[in-house]
Formats: sequence, structure tokens, C-alpha cells
Amino acid sequence: MMIFFRNPLALSGLIIIITILFLAIFAPLIAPYDPNYIDIDSILVAPNTNHIMGTDGLGRDVFSRMLFGAQISLLVGFVAVGIATLIGIILGSVAGFYRGWVDSLIMRLVDIMLSIPTFFLILAVIAFLTPSIWNIMIVIGLTSWMGVTRLVRAEFFSLRQREFVLAAETMGASDFKIIFSHLLPNSLTPVIVSSVLGIASAVLVESGLSFLGLGVQAPTASWGNILTDGKEYIQFAWWLSLFPGLAILFTVLGYNLLGEGLRDILDPKNINK
Amino acid sequence: MLIGISLISFFIMQLAPGDITSNEAAFNPKASEESRQKLRELYNLDKPVIVQYGLWLKRISQLDFGNSFSSHQRPVLWQTKDKNGNITKGLIQEALPITLLINLLGIFIIFSISIVLGTLASVRQNTWVDRSITLFVFVGFAIPGFWLALLLMYWTGVVNQWLPISGLHSPGYLGLSEFDQILDLLKHLILPVLISCLSGLAGISLYVRNGMLEVLNQDFITTARAKGINEKKVVFVHALKNAILPLITIVGLSIPGLIGGSVIAESIFAIPGMGKLFYDAVLMRDFPVIMGILTIGSFLTLIGNLLADLGYAWADPRVRKGLVR
Repeated sequence: MMIFFRNPLALSGLIIIITILFLAIFAPLIAPYDPNYIDIDSILVAPNTNHIMGTDGLGRDVFSRMLFGAQISLLVGFVAVGIATLIGIILGSVAGFYRGWVDSLIMRLVDIMLSIPTFFLILAVIAFLTPSIWNIMIVIGLTSWMGVTRLVRAEFFSLRQREFVLAAETMGASDFKIIFSHLLPNSLTPVIVSSVLGIASAVLVESGLSFLGLGVQAPTASWGNILTDGKEYIQFAWWLSLFPGLAILFTVLGYNLLGEGLRDILDPKNINK
Repeated sequence: MLIGISLISFFIMQLAPGDITSNEAAFNPKASEESRQKLRELYNLDKPVIVQYGLWLKRISQLDFGNSFSSHQRPVLWQTKDKNGNITKGLIQEALPITLLINLLGIFIIFSISIVLGTLASVRQNTWVDRSITLFVFVGFAIPGFWLALLLMYWTGVVNQWLPISGLHSPGYLGLSEFDQILDLLKHLILPVLISCLSGLAGISLYVRNGMLEVLNQDFITTARAKGINEKKVVFVHALKNAILPLITIVGLSIPGLIGGSVIAESIFAIPGMGKLFYDAVLMRDFPVIMGILTIGSFLTLIGNLLADLGYAWADPRVRKGLVR
């Protein structure tokens, strides 16, 4: 834990993430208003002491909506990356351990997925299903596992010939045991880094989809769909555009800083410094 | 590879709940029973899935992506001539050059700026120059493109009215001289190009910086310095050449991202490119257009990767002669 304090990148990322996590978890307690309460007497009120981030076109309190939007962002980030990492680890392990035709098959699949423009793929799937938060998480997860697969496979390739793995094999350990207790634990470092960075891009994709109206559906608040309103009222209500954008910016920045910081921290070259 | 892509595109079409013709009818009430029947025949929906796939593959191998579902029913890919000799232009045929123009301009700008920034940061490692460039890189990664687009639109279009905020041409475009037409087009392109190259700019700057740091520590650089070659020549001739080689591959890899990213920029600025076409098709559930763009987009990526590999071999004699891989 102490090592975090010697790495300013990771530390500042961690602080940002923990702050947002805190705000999201305690959103129902912190939020001054019901995020979906429509108050026609206070439409498009500029930020003041009652509404610190102003109100939107339906008189809803932007600060409250932002807090509940944070929940959506975090949920989408974690679940989507969780799905992607799980698929990546399974396919990467299988490809890296068994090699041969299984490996070629999985790597072909990776190449194919990488050559389809991801955002198009996500949009297309959303078009055929109905846009909802669960579909978005699943679709983002299913379209972003390729990096992890490659990482795990590469780690397995380099670990496979090491003495401790050969020793386990000689002693008759099952494939399952070798993969889970010898190979995987030793190849998780790059996976952790890429997962943290993956959350950042999942947050960006979700907000982009919601902004286009194909993501989280109204009235549920998400940073992306608050920005859609911001676009609508850009000439009269700057606060509708400014705050959600800043929130996305800081969240993504936080995960990126944490990811890059972790990369430095977990790099064996830096352990003894 | 191509077959795999077509399989995935086709699989997505199968995700649609129920019969695509009934789905389409729900979204386009004007569709008559007759046209629905035509669609069923076109996609052979009465046959088993495997046969459907085979027939669809056969059609796209002849570059026939069918016609759009929307009321104008234009061909998806390329122009067709009807009996009277009237030419109807294809949707992708019109949209693709616009997206390519924006992305090529974007790639050009990305390269010219990020090579300078990356080199500068590496030469001045751990000074305020390096730190501020790194900060720019992190912010550039994190900033949502559509948000920046909104802010720039507001600032340059609404508050100051320096730049037009949507479309490709001003009203009265056809009346302008050729030079003014190009000027008008460029003015409309400034913001979209800027937005589309932002994250690439950050990524490639970082890449050049890290690549340069690695190269600058290698023996041949020390040798060059020891021989008394001046520092500028060492950095710009000896080191930079080696550090930017991998960028050729990066460009190839970034094509799907660039094409995909065009959706947001183009729909904000109302630019009739591939991204906008795709977005509209998704909203209308215009299946032939969606399938067509997915397939063509992936095909472009493959071509891009191939060009990148060839470019790499052309630029690096070691690869060309098969000494390293």
C-alpha cells in the first residue's frame, strides 16, 4: 500500500476514483433532490445556492442527476470490463496453454474482431437489440476482450517453458491445476493494468452511446444523456454541458492515471527502487 | 478473414428479434405487403439460415449490398442505372470520400504535431516541457470528443461566429468560385478534423516520446555522440528515424478506431459521411445499410493493415531483406 504514496500518478488516480466511488455509492444520501423530480417552476435555472449545478430543461436538479449518473458510469465500467477480462482470460489461457490449432482458431477470431470498427459493431448490435444499460454493458464487454486475450496468451507462452511449470507437469498436475495455480497468477500483472485502462474506455463509450441516444435511456440519468440535453440548450444553459463533460473527463483521467501508475508500480524493474 | 467478418456481420443480423421484414414494417409503416414480400425474397428468409448466409455471401461477393430500406431506396454501395439511364448514386459511394478526407487530414495533422511533441518531450525528459506534454497527453486521452465538440461549437460558432458549425457547405456554395468553394469546405472541416484527431494526437505523442527514450539509450546513439556528431543531427537523423518506424503499423491498427470514431463527430457536425450514414441507418433500422457499412468498414481495415505492412517493409530494409520479423 505504501508504494502508492511514492508514485504520484497512481496516487492522484486513486484519489479521483475513490472520490467518485464515494459520491456514487452515497448518491441517495448526498443528492439534495430526487434526480427525476420534474419542477416546472424552475426550468433551466443557472447554478445558485439551491441548485449548485443548475437545473435542466424539465426543471430537474443537475447535481442530483450527476450523482446518479456516476453510479451508471461506474457500473457500466466495472461490469463491461469484468465480462471482457473474463472472456480474455479464458480464451487467452486456452490458446496459450494448448497452442496448435486451438491457438490459431482463437487468434483468427481475435484478428477478425479487431478488424471490425468497434464502435460500428457496438452500434449495430444495439440497433438490433433494444438499448438498455444491461445490453450496453454486455455489448461493450463482448467487443473488448481481444487485448486481454493477447496479453494472457503471450504471458503463457513465455511462462510455459519455465522450470516451475515443467516441475508441476512432471509431478503429474492436471492441466486445470497448472493453468490456475501456476500460470494465471503469474500472468495477471499486465491484465490488471489493461483492465483499469479498459474501464476508462468503457466509460467513454457508454457516455458516447448515451449522448447519441442509443445508450442509457431517459429518464435514468447518465452523464452522456445529460450532455444530450446540454447540446439542445447550448445557447442558454452552459451548465448542462460543462459539468457532465468535466465529470467524464476526470473519471477517465483517474482510471488512466491509476492504470499507468500501476504499470510503473508492478513493473519488476522498479520493485527494488 | 473476410469470411469471418461476413459471418459476424451476418450473425448480428440474426440477432434481430423476429423476422426482419416485420421489424422493418414496424419502423416504416409505408412498406407495403408487396415490398415486404420482395425483402423476404431478397434475403431468402424462407430458407434455412445456412442457405441464407451462402446466398448473402454470394451477393456481396459480387459487391451487391442491396438497396436501402428507407423511402428513397437508394443502392447501398455503388451507383446503378435504371431503364431510362438515370443514375442513382450509392450511399457509401457518396459518404466514404468525405470520411476518408477527414481522416486523412486528421492522420496528417496527428503525425506532424505528435512527432514534434514526442521528440521535444523525450529530448527534454523530466523538465517542465516534458511534464506539460505528458499532462496534455493524459487530458487528451480522457476528454470526451463529443463534449469538446460541443464546447468548440459554442465558442467558435455561437459566441464568436468564426466558423460554421454544421454541414459541409454554406448556403450558396454552388455560386462560389472554385477557390472559394475549397476555402468554404476547409472552414467547415476545421472543427470535425480537430475533434477526430484529438485522442490520436495524445496517443501518438506518447508513443513517439517513449520510442525516442528507448532509442536514445541505445549503443549506436552513444557511438554517434562519441564521434562528435552534433546533437541535433543525432536526435533528428539517427534517433527519430528509428523511433517513428513502428508508427506505420500503428496507423494501420488505428483505422477501425478512426472510422468508428467518425460516428460521433459526424453526427454532431451534421457531416454526411460514413459515421452519420451509419448512425441514421441504426436509428431507422436500415439493415442493408448497416450490413454494408460493417462489411466495407472491416474491408477497409484489412486494406489499411496490408498497406501498413507493405509500408513497413518499404521503410525498413531489415524487414525487406527478411533479416528480422
